[in-house]
Amino acid sequence: MHMQPPTAGLDWDEDRGLILCSGDWTSTGLAAFNRRTLQALPPKRSQGWTLDASGMTRLDLTGARQLHRLQERLEARGEMVLLGAERPDQMDGLLAFTRQAVSERQPQPRAPGLLERIGRDTVGRLQQSGAFLSFIGEITLEALPRLLRPWTIRWKQLAAEIQKAGVQALPIIGLLAFLVGLVIAYQGGETLERYGANIFLVELISVTMLREMAPLLTAIVVAGRTGSSWAAQLGTMKITEEIDALRTLGISPYDMLILPRLMALIVVLPLLTIYADVLGIVGGMLVADLMFGLPTHEFINRLPEAIAASHLWVGIIKAPVFALIIVGIACFQGMRVQGSAESVGRATTVTVVQAIFLVIVADAVFSILFNLVGL
Amino acid sequence: MSGSDSDNAVAVTGLVNRFGSNTVHEDLNLEVRRGEIMGLVGGSGSGKTVLLRSMLLLHRPHAGEISLLGTPTQSLGRAEEKRLRQRMGVLFQQGALFTGLTVKENVSLPLWEYTPFDAATIDDLAMLKIQLAGFPLDAANRYPSELSGGMVKRAALARALALDPELLFLDEPTAGLDPVSAGAFDELIAKLHKLLGLTVIMVTHDMDALWATTHRVAFLGDRRVLAVEPIDRLTHNEHPLIESYFGGSRTAAWRDR
Repeated sequence: MHMQPPTAGLDWDEDRGLILCSGDWTSTGLAAFNRRTLQALPPKRSQGWTLDASGMTRLDLTGARQLHRLQERLEARGEMVLLGAERPDQMDGLLAFTRQAVSERQPQPRAPGLLERIGRDTVGRLQQSGAFLSFIGEITLEALPRLLRPWTIRWKQLAAEIQKAGVQALPIIGLLAFLVGLVIAYQGGETLERYGANIFLVELISVTMLREMAPLLTAIVVAGRTGSSWAAQLGTMKITEEIDALRTLGISPYDMLILPRLMALIVVLPLLTIYADVLGIVGGMLVADLMFGLPTHEFINRLPEAIAASHLWVGIIKAPVFALIIVGIACFQGMRVQGSAESVGRATTVTVVQAIFLVIVADAVFSILFNLVGL
Repeated sequence: MSGSDSDNAVAVTGLVNRFGSNTVHEDLNLEVRRGEIMGLVGGSGSGKTVLLRSMLLLHRPHAGEISLLGTPTQSLGRAEEKRLRQRMGVLFQQGALFTGLTVKENVSLPLWEYTPFDAATIDDLAMLKIQLAGFPLDAANRYPSELSGGMVKRAALARALALDPELLFLDEPTAGLDPVSAGAFDELIAKLHKLLGLTVIMVTHDMDALWATTHRVAFLGDRRVLAVEPIDRLTHNEHPLIESYFGGSRTAAWRDR
């Protein structure tokens, strides 16, 4: 029932010096026209040409620009182009507009060179580092008076953040810790069994979980789960000017939005780590019992001998530092969002990547430090 | 050829729109002639936005027929709908520019989607449309977040004009602009209409824009179109709803000039 719109046509009659334009010279009509035809030029003709548009059914600005380009290229060859008498009504207006618009164009600025880009990048990174430092400064400035007068802390918000970042993360962290414990026991157990040293599974599982796996795993899950959501939330609030609205109400966004989150995560992350410790050991215990004939009661009996209290504390002490890293990066990236939806997406990605990266780096630093002090 | 089958760019007949128990439109009829600038006014909640969204094929009405550029839209196939959409342009109230793209990329996007032209041609056409909308070319590589309100409207207009539409919908084009920019925008619409022979449908509360640009104005009230008249006649229409709309202190000054 629908006809394909008539396409544009371009042809010439060299003897009479006519360029024949027919059909719809519109964006749809030209779309069906192939590109090579659009760039085709008639042969040289020193007397010039007449543009015959009598067969043209419709013309729009896209079409007019193509006619204009044809005219420009012919004139560049030194050939005159006249307009035929019979032509669409709008043609003169459209061509006049096109001509004027093109003549008003300024040359485009050139793309920056390699050196310029390196320079801009360096300055950009330095500025970002500076911004991060001032961000930390602002948080400290807001946090200190609150901590000195604990009754001014926003307890309600703190509780809500603890609920969201901590309680609601229990299932996923529990499951992951349990599975990791399971895997460690399974992998280590086979080797130990060969030497008849099944009983050392207790050391293997508890020390790995408490010292390394539980804190690291918890921090990584929280960085992905909570960090990304905070960055996105703050970023969106920045775009919708909610952050500015808070400022105009005399409420510091650092105080209202960031401080409760910071405190919440510092409280929650160590607790989640202990929780992951327990579930990881339970997972390992299960495998030790079922696969390697180490009964549960024996496992539990041996636990206090196997692990010094320092193993537990070494793991837990890392958690608040990880929390600082995650909150710092998430909120910093969220507050840096500017303008567009894409910027929110970028902030979220950067948060997760940087937070996980820095958590692992910090963990490595901790290992070295603990080694130095002999823990 | 579609141009010959009807003098109406838009024909809405028997339109019904309901949201739950709330009837927004009941047997609404509206005809917009080819080449005219039609204003669409009415109080808040009179269903201007729903009517506009219905005409843009963004909202499916409960009943009734909407015919755009001579094409009935009731049972349109995907390909036909796509072809029809290429012939319409929309300027949304907030501009709705894609925030992750620069102005020039925003305008180029429909060209990349729908035309087989090479990068240089698309770049050239995008610049032409940007100039057509009166947007400063040296700001064409900026992102939408770096633009002022008036510039956003012009950039969005350039995108709406990217494919040389025959039918242009404007949703509150001058809302949020200062009087000088709003006046300049009115002039721009009139200029475009003359240059391109567009049919324009414009939802607006701006009395200056109604007087300066429209040929006829449709008044929405009571779930239907109460009157379609040139603005000088409409302001003296004696229907109580219309009278109270134009009798408000902000609009009366215009009527009584």
